[in-house]
Order: sequence, then structure tokens, then C-alpha cells
Amino acid sequence: MDLHMGLLSAAIWLPIVGGFVVLAVGDRAGSRPARWLALVFSLLTLLVTIPLFTGFDTHTAAMQFVERVPWIPSLHIQYYLGIDGISLWFILLTSFLTLLVVISSWRNVQLRQAQYLAAFLVMDGLMIGVFCALDAILFYVFWEAMLIPMFLIIGVWGGPRRVYATIKFFLYTFLGSVLMLVAFLYLYFHSGDSFDLLTFMKTPLSAAAQIWIFLAFLIAFAVKIPMWPVHTWLPDAHVEAPTGGSVILAAVMLKMGAYGFLRLSLPITPDASHQLAWLMIALSLVAIVYIALIAIVQQDMKKLIAYSSIAHMGFVTLGFFVFTQTAIEGAIMQMLSHGFVSAAMFFCVGVLYDRMHTRDIHAYGGVANVMPIFASLMMLFAMGNVGLPGTSGFVGEFMVVLGTYGPHPWAAIIAATGLITGAAYTLWLFKRVIFGGVTRAEVAALSDLDGREVLVLGSLGVLVLLMGLWPAPFLEVVHSSVQHLLSQVSVSKIPS
Amino acid sequence: MSLALLHWSFAIPEIWILAMACVLLLVDVFWGKHHPDLSFALALFSVAGAMLLTWGEMGRTGTTFFGQLQMDPFTNVAGLFVELLTFLTLLYSRRYLQRRGLYRGEVFVLLLFALLGALILISGANVLVLYLGLELLALSQYALIAFQRQNLRATEAALKYFILGALASALLLYGISLLYGLTGSLDLARVAEGLINSGQANYLLMLAVVFLVAGIAFKLGAAPFHMWLPDTYQGAPTVVTIFLSSVPKIAVFGLFLRILVEGGYGSLEIWRQIFVALVVVSLLIGNVVAIAQSNLKRMLAYSTVGNMGFLALGIVAGGQNGLASAFFYAVVYALMATAAFGLILYLSREGFEAEEIADLRGLVRTRPWSAFLLLLIMFSLAGVPPTIGFYAKLVVFQALIEAHFLWLAVFGVLMAVVSAFYYLRVLKVALFDPPAEDLRYGADDPLAASTLSVNSLALLLLGIFPGPMMAICFHALQGVL
Repeated sequence: MDLHMGLLSAAIWLPIVGGFVVLAVGDRAGSRPARWLALVFSLLTLLVTIPLFTGFDTHTAAMQFVERVPWIPSLHIQYYLGIDGISLWFILLTSFLTLLVVISSWRNVQLRQAQYLAAFLVMDGLMIGVFCALDAILFYVFWEAMLIPMFLIIGVWGGPRRVYATIKFFLYTFLGSVLMLVAFLYLYFHSGDSFDLLTFMKTPLSAAAQIWIFLAFLIAFAVKIPMWPVHTWLPDAHVEAPTGGSVILAAVMLKMGAYGFLRLSLPITPDASHQLAWLMIALSLVAIVYIALIAIVQQDMKKLIAYSSIAHMGFVTLGFFVFTQTAIEGAIMQMLSHGFVSAAMFFCVGVLYDRMHTRDIHAYGGVANVMPIFASLMMLFAMGNVGLPGTSGFVGEFMVVLGTYGPHPWAAIIAATGLITGAAYTLWLFKRVIFGGVTRAEVAALSDLDGREVLVLGSLGVLVLLMGLWPAPFLEVVHSSVQHLLSQVSVSKIPS
Repeated sequence: MSLALLHWSFAIPEIWILAMACVLLLVDVFWGKHHPDLSFALALFSVAGAMLLTWGEMGRTGTTFFGQLQMDPFTNVAGLFVELLTFLTLLYSRRYLQRRGLYRGEVFVLLLFALLGALILISGANVLVLYLGLELLALSQYALIAFQRQNLRATEAALKYFILGALASALLLYGISLLYGLTGSLDLARVAEGLINSGQANYLLMLAVVFLVAGIAFKLGAAPFHMWLPDTYQGAPTVVTIFLSSVPKIAVFGLFLRILVEGGYGSLEIWRQIFVALVVVSLLIGNVVAIAQSNLKRMLAYSTVGNMGFLALGIVAGGQNGLASAFFYAVVYALMATAAFGLILYLSREGFEAEEIADLRGLVRTRPWSAFLLLLIMFSLAGVPPTIGFYAKLVVFQALIEAHFLWLAVFGVLMAVVSAFYYLRVLKVALFDPPAEDLRYGADDPLAASTLSVNSLALLLLGIFPGPMMAICFHALQGVL
């Protein structure tokens, strides 16, 4: 095990240090050195996270690769890291997507590229930190610090309304998280002066206290996921963010809210989770049905995918709050699959935007005639977004609906309509952009993917297919942890 | 008698500063005209010496001058911080003063006297001595603000500060006289004893506490006693604003601690209720009005009001942890304020004060390093981790929840979100807006540049390793209750 000590710290700090190195190198000598450095650091980070997978023991739900040292002794705050089956995939996803973002912005970002890449590297480390922090304050520090690079990415490299979008994004998420901090402080005094998340999970809490804590967490996570009705920042942020920003936002940052439910809400406030499950199910169904309808009428490709993300995350939250093994595992698969698919969709939009500088669906049509490779890859991702069997999207949505059917048949039926509306907006988007005759000169002049873009989209395509055709290894990792989580949720924490 | 002589050593930093201020006056008379650098160097030397002397006294406790001054961990730690902040002010000041023809020995003498006043506020054990310290600090500040005689705004600022400050002093003095009437003593230890015997439901005591709190709130700048603050901060020369926003905050916290906590031991419930009102009003007025400001110094002044609200949250929490968190907040706030005003000072030049928010347009293109420091300062003020500003708020809220003021904590964090908005707006102007063609920054003073860099980077580094500084501040309040 000694070989594995410090792996998590390395995964967190390597990209952060790398980010500052890239920042220091800067653009003065052209952006070439900064780009290569960023590539090396993001590749190294991915390599550091791979042993987490190979050395992972799937038979236990206990925390692995644990690192624990006092950080602020006077407040009992620890530097406490560890991962289980729930967090493992998201760490890999984060480091992998950061690498793809670095590759994809090789030439497309002209303005201050070194700073752009540095922001992504720093955010990479902070996001990995969120997924492995086991101390509440450490978790909060990573969770909040992450806002700073994202604030800059949208604000500096975003579209015309970037300032509005980024300030809205920051304030929304900041407002959500401060209440979580209050909940942490409250828990601190009820768990015997400890910020240890695992201790929080064992702390008995009265029913009323659990409800308040659950609501405080809910605001933080619902904003992040985002759930209806606090989703309004997301379309703005996505539309204005540069491609890389959208990718990370959709693929990783949205997952943090869901991860928060699994890591904090369910185990710390099990009784409140049961009691308020109706609310969560209702909100999830609204997201699945209502948001999907909104997605259909969007004219802006990024906005459409942003709304489709909200709808897909509806399946995730639905899966959490029916408390069956199948549904929760399905929800985690859905998170992972959405990480691949939404990232790929945003990369696809980025590819088109780089060439045409518009995201308006009407400006396209007949792209398949001039960009056949792109069209076939995008078709794969569109199918993943629809949830066609054989792609990763199917696994999660199917398991969630299946797991929901037992306890809440009506909810399952309503959720299943989401599969149909999902198909409607995705396929309609695909039809309008890709098929048809070429009517515009700009479209006729489009060039197909270059090697870099094929590498980025192709690797995501492989993963989408792999996960769709052979989901067993993905499920195996999460199995014990979900089982443990369910056992925690089923036991009441109300002191008798 | 030999014993009393020995005890003088407890007041060595104060005596040193006083002596050096006199030396500086003399030196200035003979050589000041032609060698202003000599006065500057001497002032730096005096403050650095005081820091060393204070460091040397760490861990000693006792009283001196027949119970007029006392030494305990708080005296040492708070003393060290105010000396450090004065030292920073001096480091920032040189080029700024030179450019405006203010680079003269008197400024440094006044700064030293103000520091002396602050030190006495921190170490006083007698209400009258505390009052003298307060007046020494305040009078030096009035003079410092008005030092640029031909500047109308500075004169106005000084006059406003003087009139309202005198009113505050009068309120405080009235409170002190009531305390004396109640207990028959000016000695804090005896006052405390007398108050315990006088009982809780004493209307005179209540009146005395109300006056004392009003006076202290005036000096801190907590709403609704903040009227002087925006004009004074905006009108004063920026280097004086740096001093105003840092040193007196810690010193007045010392005054509060001595009079109301040590002296007014039995009056906890009375002043706690008043502070709850102060907190709510300060947080609301400070944070909401700051949004409407277009002048950066004025915005930071209103943010001071808001920050004093957060500081007072710690006071409301009371107890060992609450007071320690308030002290920690005061120190952290002082560090952030020095950096923020230091940045304005660094960018200014003759005829251009860089004090409008719009003056920072596109700073990241023209001065990327300054823009990066501004980013750290603003996020720290907003309380976003991993900067030290976050931990200051964290400890305050923690103490508050420990004392079961849950709703006040929720109100506080919501106000922190409101405050984030106007800090972000500054960043928006500096980072996202296109640079202005017509702006030319001063930004050519290597001394201020390095001070600013160290000061701002400290906000980040202390945020990543907050343990030691937190431990020092918590240690300082040990044994106060």
C-alpha cells in the first residue's frame, strides 16, 4: 500500500502547481511552451489517477488511498482525503476531460492562451479535491475555490454577454454554498467537535435538525446540478462560456451537486431524505418533462444541450431518491455517461463554432455533405444523448427507470416519457444541423475534422460505446459503495 | 522601589516609541529639510525596533506604573500586529508622499504618535489611560488627514472626522464617568469587582454601557455610527486611509476588550443585545450601500462598515471563542484593507488617484501582476476560499453557532453573498473590460510594489496555511475572561 500513499495529493496538487507554472511561463515567448507544459501536466495528472483505478479494491466500501494529517489543529480541521467507489470514476473523468480540453484548445484559443490553460489546470486539481475530500471544511474550500477559475474562464474568454453570465453563475453558486457552510458548522458542534464527514454520517440528529440540514444541502446542490427551479444560471453560463468551459461545466461541475447528495445529504440526513423524497422526485420529474420541452424549442445549439443536461440530471436525482440499488447505481452510471456525452456534444458545437462562429441552428444544414467524419461521430453522441441501447446513455436511464418502477411506478412512467422527448430534441437538432441539402455557401466551405479533433471526439466515442456495450466493469466499482450507502440510508439517525 | 523599576520593562515598546518620536522630531528640525530620507529611515527603524522589543516580551504578564498599564498575551500579540501594520503603512508611503510634497518628518512623527496611542489602547488597565490613548490616536489621525493643507477634500474629511470623533469621545467619556460613579474607581480590575456587586438590573449601568458601546462603535465605524467613515476614507490621502483602515480597528477592539469585557464583566448581556442591533444594521447598510458606489475608496469604506458587522458578530457570540474570532477577524481585515488601499496607492500618481472603480478598466492588460493581486484581495474580502478572508468569516460563524445564534449566522452568510457582488464588480472592471487608452498609472515605486506583493500574496498563503496565525490570535485571548 505504501506505493499508493500520496496519490490523491499528487492528483490534486500536480495540476494546480502546473497551472501556476504555465501562468508563470506565460505567452511572452509565443504560446507554444505554455501549451506543451499544460499538456504534460494534464497528462501526468491522468497518469497519476490511473493507479487509483488499478489499485482499487472493489470488495470494500471503506475509504481507500486515505491521507490524513491535521491542517488547522485549533479548529480540528484536517487534511483528510480518501475515495470510494462513488468518487473514483469522477476523479478519472475529471483528469481525462481536462486533458481533452487542453488538446482541443491547442489552436482555437488566441487570446491569452497560457492563462486559459492555467485556469483549467488549477480547476482540474480543485475538482479532484472536491471528489476526495473527507473533511467538511476541506470539501468546502475546494468546492468554493473552484468558482474562481470558472468565473475567470467565462468572464474573460466567454461570448458577448459573458459578464452577466459569469456574475450570475458566481453569485448563484456562492449563495447556494454558504448555507451548506452553516450546516457544516452546526454539524460540527453536534458531532463532538469534528469536521470529519465520516463522523457526520454517524452523528445522531433530531428529525427537525435533519430537515434543516437537508434543506441547506439541497440549496447548495440543487443550484450546482442544477435542478428546476434554480437552473436559470446554467443556460446563460453555457452559452457564454468558451468550449472548454462548457465541457468542464457540463461534464464535471454539474456532477458535483449530484455527488454532494450521495456523499452528504443521503448518509448524513437519512430520515430527512426519506421524508422529503417526494419533493425530490417531484422536482426531478419536472426537470425531466418540463425542461425537456423547453429544450425542444431552443434555437441556439449550446442552449439546447444545456437544457438537455438539466433534463438528464433529472434522471440522476430521481435515481437517488427512490432508494433502490438499481436506481442509485443507474444514477451514477447516468452521471458518468452524461459526463462523456455532454462533453462530446459541447466539443461538437465547439468544432462547428470554430468554423462558422455561430451557434444558431438555422445557420447550418447539410453539414454531413461536407464533414462526413464529424457527422458520423456526432451521430454516435446524439444517440448517446437519446439513450439508445448500445451507448452509455442507455445504461443509466434504463436502470433508473427500472429501479424506480418498483417503489414508484407512476414516477417511472413519467420519467420514461423523458426518453421520448429526449429523442425528439436531440434528433431534431441533429436533423437540422447535419442532414438536408447544403443551402449556404459558408456551410459548403466547411472543412472536416483535423487530427486533433478526431483524437478528442474519437476517444470520447470509444468510451461511449465501451460503456454502452460492456457496463459491467463500470458497475463493479460502484457496487459495494452503493450497498453501503443504502444500508446507511435505511437506518434512522433520530435519537430515541 | 526597585520592584517598580523592574516593572517598567513591561512598557518598553511604548517608551521606545515615545522616545523615538521625540528623537525624530529633533532630527527633523536639524536635518529634515535636506535629508527627508533620514526621517523615513528612522521611522522604519523605530517601528521595527518596537516589533523586536514586543517580540522579546512575549509570554510575560503583569502590570506596571502602579496598575496603569498591563501586559498579557493580548497586549503582546495585538501590539505586534499594530506595529506590523504601521510598518507596512510606512513602506507603502514613501513615493506617494514624495509625489505630493508631503515627504516630511512631521508625517512620520504623527504616525509614531498614532502608533503609541494604539499601543496604549491595547495595554491600558485604567479607563482614563485608555481614554488618553484613544485621544492620542485620534488627534494624530486628524492631523494626518488634514496634512495636505491645500486639498479641500482632505480638509473636509478631517473636519468631519474631528467633529464626529470629538462627539464619540464625549460619549465614551460620559460612559466612563458613569462607570466611575457606579464603582468609585477608574482601575479596570476594581471597576469589574464593583460592577459584580452592583448587580445586573442597574439602570445606571445600562446607561453607562450604552454610552460606551456607542463610543466604541463610532471609533470602529459600525453602523449607525458610520457617517464620518466614507467621507473620511475618500478624502484622506490614500496612505493615511491605509493607516485608518487597519491600525485603529485592532486598537479599538483592544479598547472594547479592556473596558467592556474586563472592566464591565457583569454587563455582558447588556452590551450583547446592543451589538446584535449594531451587527444587523452594519451588515445591511455597509453591504447594500457599497453596491451603489462608483468610487473605489468609498466602496471600500462602506465595505469596512459591513466588515465591522462581521467582526461584531464574533463579539455577539461572546465567550473565549467568540472574542478570539472577532480579534482574528480584526487582524485579517486590517491586512486585507492595507492591501486593498495599498493597491490604489500603488497605481496612483500626481493628479491621478486611481480611486474610481472605472480607473481600473482593463488592468489585466496593462498591469497583469497588479490585476492578479487585485483578484486575491477582492476574493479575500468576499470571503472565498482559499484566501484568509474565508477563515476569518469561518471562525466568526463557528463561534456564533456555538453560542446558538443560528439565525444571525444565516443572516451573516447571506450578507456575505451580497458583499460578493460589489467585490466581483471591481474584478469585472479590472479583468473583463477593455483597457482604457487614456489611463496612465503611477506604479513605478519598487518599494510599494514589493510591499503590495508580499501583503497580497500573504492573503493567499495564510489562507492555505491558516493554522499558525489562528493559533496566535486564539492564544492572545486566553485568560481574558
